[in-house]
Amino acid sequence: MIEGLAALYIFMLAGFTGYEIITRVPVILHTPLMSGSNFVHGIVLVGAMFALGIAETTTQQIIGFIAVLLGAGNAVGGYVVTERMLEMFKSSKKEGSEG
Amino acid sequence: METIIQASYFMAAVIFILGLKQMSSPVTARRGILWAGAAMVLATLATFLAPEITGSDQALTNVSLIVIAIVIGGGYAWWSGKRVAMTDMPQMIAMYNGMGGGAAATIAAVELLKANAEASHDPTGTMTIADALGPDVAILGILGAIIGTVSFSGSIIAWAKLDGRLHRSKLLPAQHLINAVIAIATVGFAIAIYFSADLTTIVIFYSLALVLGIFITVPVGGADMPVIISLFNALTGLAVGFEGYVLGNAAMIIAGIVVGSAGSLLTHLMAVAMNRSVANVFFAGVGTDSGGSATAAEGEMKEIQAQDAGILMAFASQVIIIPGYGMAVAQAQHKIWELTQLLNDQGVSVKFAIHPVAGRMPGHMNVLLAEAGVPYDMIYDMEDINADFKNTTVALVIGANDVVNPSAKTDTSSPLYGMPILDAIESDNVIVIKRGRGTGFSGVENPLFFTDNTKMLFGDGQKAASELIQAVKELT
Repeated sequence: MIEGLAALYIFMLAGFTGYEIITRVPVILHTPLMSGSNFVHGIVLVGAMFALGIAETTTQQIIGFIAVLLGAGNAVGGYVVTERMLEMFKSSKKEGSEG
Repeated sequence: METIIQASYFMAAVIFILGLKQMSSPVTARRGILWAGAAMVLATLATFLAPEITGSDQALTNVSLIVIAIVIGGGYAWWSGKRVAMTDMPQMIAMYNGMGGGAAATIAAVELLKANAEASHDPTGTMTIADALGPDVAILGILGAIIGTVSFSGSIIAWAKLDGRLHRSKLLPAQHLINAVIAIATVGFAIAIYFSADLTTIVIFYSLALVLGIFITVPVGGADMPVIISLFNALTGLAVGFEGYVLGNAAMIIAGIVVGSAGSLLTHLMAVAMNRSVANVFFAGVGTDSGGSATAAEGEMKEIQAQDAGILMAFASQVIIIPGYGMAVAQAQHKIWELTQLLNDQGVSVKFAIHPVAGRMPGHMNVLLAEAGVPYDMIYDMEDINADFKNTTVALVIGANDVVNPSAKTDTSSPLYGMPILDAIESDNVIVIKRGRGTGFSGVENPLFFTDNTKMLFGDGQKAASELIQAVKELT
């Protein structure tokens, strides 16, 4: 589906995109942003589902099962902690009590 | 069906990028994670429809196993993520990141096992893994396997160290030499997998990569942990991207590589903020015995009572609060916020100054203050506030030490020399809330505590903050 050269272009463009997103991010968001990007690579869950979905032997099923287990942990855990952190960021302007 | 699935993946990839972009500004950050979360759910549900999965011989068993694994893994992560304290956030991120690395490594393992089985059925007996998978897929698959495994075991060690379950910083003598040998051996076995089809080789390869991740992370000092966690985060992204190529899944490639590159830059920014280089983090073994003997500070510490400190602050024109990890340990951030509101009512301008390494991780202190209710526009980065200290009546230092140590600027023999600091010393008065007379995390004496305009308020952070609140209240 994705041929060698096309993949190379995807790799390159995605690399530049990631770099552009992070440039000039304030220090106050480093931890939430790391957590957020940690959540985004939780997409590995989809790959793990394929690995288990196409497993043929018992060994492959066991390893695939571990893959889905870990992938789901990455995606769900990454989401929960990022959301908890970001939900607390609020501006004082809403309450009208500028410091 | 295929179109629906591919469209879902495409949308997920786009939303992940937009979501990350939104997460880089405090105003839109919350929306960013909500969007990304919805995209993840969409991609996961679409995968259940994939013909490779529904058409497999064991479709029923495998799909049930997938559901069970998601419920267990996701359920555990949900439960642990909801109850973890904000101060323990860095190690939880390390843990979830390690799981992602492990997932990428196990995906590679399934692919390698399938290729191995295919090669062993080859009648000529000369088929290798590279033949079975194709050279490009084999190379990226094996690379992803190394990176993912190292990230997995390394992140677990990082979690254990930050969680206080592992205190050793040295396993063996000549650790760096041994690490180099293991790294070379791992690469050797990786090449061997490519040119053969042998189960034992695969097993040894994975074992070596696991050990490598452990050995790399154990010597890293506690203060450098954020850099390592961020680096493993980038590595997991890379591994996910590579395994995405193996599976021909564009969403995985894009999300993985975006995180890999964003994470690398973030690692670099963190290292710069902490005045360290990434190479330094790996090879120095800091916090143990590096750092020379800094010049001993001269003079005497001058104590102040909470009553007087409160009066000083209540009649100040501007107060800048410099919180450190010690404040979070004492759980004093709520009291500090209460004090801030009282001072605001008195017409005192209050600002929070955050050093890049305050807390356990850059930005961690902002999270802890946000938890207490401090709005983010009262919180200033070092570059934005340093010029403001000279217009400040009182700088209140609570639970911080090294980040206000002026010897980082003046004393070339100090281990802190060169680290950017908050110029608390420039303000008219400095009040330091401190548990005892000891030195900071780095073990370096702080001359700020001995200057004429600095007063020490000894005691537990939470108790001292309560006393200050009491003192300010009595004036109104």
